[in-house]
Amino acid sequence: MNMLWLGKRGAITLAIAVALVLFAGFWLGWHSLAATSSPYEVAIDNFTFGPGVLTVPRGTKVTWTNKDDDPHTVTSDGDPKLFKSAALDTDEKFAFTFTDAGTFKYFCSIHPRMQGTVVVQ
Amino acid sequence: MPDRYDPNTGPSRRKLLKCMMWGSAGVLWTVSGGVLKPLSLNGDALAAAPAAGDFTFMQISDTHIGFKGAANPDPGATLKEALARVGKVRPAMLLHTGDVSHLTKPEEFEMAVQIMKSAGLETHYVPGEHDTINDNGKSFFERFGRETSTGGWYSFDQGGVHFIGLVNVVDLRSGGLGYLGPAQIEWLADDLKGKSASTPIVVFAHMPLWTVSADWGWGTDDAAPAIAHLKRFGSVTVLNGHIHQVIQKVEGNVSFRTAYSTAFPQAAPGTPGASPGPLKVAAEKLRTVLGVRRVDVVHDKDVVLTDATLAS
Repeated sequence: MNMLWLGKRGAITLAIAVALVLFAGFWLGWHSLAATSSPYEVAIDNFTFGPGVLTVPRGTKVTWTNKDDDPHTVTSDGDPKLFKSAALDTDEKFAFTFTDAGTFKYFCSIHPRMQGTVVVQ
Repeated sequence: MPDRYDPNTGPSRRKLLKCMMWGSAGVLWTVSGGVLKPLSLNGDALAAAPAAGDFTFMQISDTHIGFKGAANPDPGATLKEALARVGKVRPAMLLHTGDVSHLTKPEEFEMAVQIMKSAGLETHYVPGEHDTINDNGKSFFERFGRETSTGGWYSFDQGGVHFIGLVNVVDLRSGGLGYLGPAQIEWLADDLKGKSASTPIVVFAHMPLWTVSADWGWGTDDAAPAIAHLKRFGSVTVLNGHIHQVIQKVEGNVSFRTAYSTAFPQAAPGTPGASPGPLKVAAEKLRTVLGVRRVDVVHDKDVVLTDATLAS
């Protein structure tokens, strides 16, 4: 392609512009990919599990992230406990892989009013 | 009994306690016949020397050693300040109503022990839910549970008062509030058997033994059957922590009062948009919302509670 009509400076400007557009495209694409690649996440925010009910296929790994200043746990109802996290401090995560179908209720053992459910299909 | 300051008699300690002006230091109440009477207070009330024949102890709560959040990056420093205030009063002993640590970590307990040592006071502890995470209080009781029975609850007598330390943060159930459990309530009934109704009773436990806010988990599911065993006594004072602010309730001869934290404040129950977590206030305001409590058992069996902030 003959870019003589642009002049040398113009060609460089165009090259930078194209590079920026490509970079922005990759960046946005990568991020939206990252956001959708593991949708099975529960945020613990303002003393609430969100979403309160999460429906997932069998074999799914669900990850909880504590976004509060206060520690929380992810502890399954019933005895024996199917899963039981350590105390999650701010930004700490806990993950559990659900291999069996069923309805699994859980709560925060520090703040037991906080409850959530994972439905495995 | 006069409730106003009498300039002619001068501020004897009793008068000081009972006759203060309202002040920024907090509010003084007396428990008399089961009715809490708000009295006035100034900054000297906390440090007034105990009178002969009276018995003075203090309460601190929710020290949250290990917390690093914006609401107070250095709870060790504010605990030291709280203990300096305690030191000025020179009480007979100290009650700690739980959440000694933030995350039940050994290093947090160890740091708390080191700081608490500086008070040089006999201290009786009950755990908060932050002290019993995932081990049902095992590591807490190993360090702080000198007088423990099986479940960590205990009683003792001092200064003519019968003290009862209860545990309502272990084995919490999904969807529930604080929990005492039938074994503990049965023990309480047994413990009180044969006690004269005129014995002043002080109960201390971490979570409020009445429902301050169910939505925020600020209560104890089975408090009512426990309190029922205390109703025949003429003077029952229930000291709690957990909610990082002073709220009180009177029910017959039983008066309930929660305490300040020494670490960080929490929102008033039901504040729109708020949660029952740490509340960040401006740095220069922090010490106006942290505090300690002095309790005077005066020889006519009044129990006088004085809450004072670290800024007073």
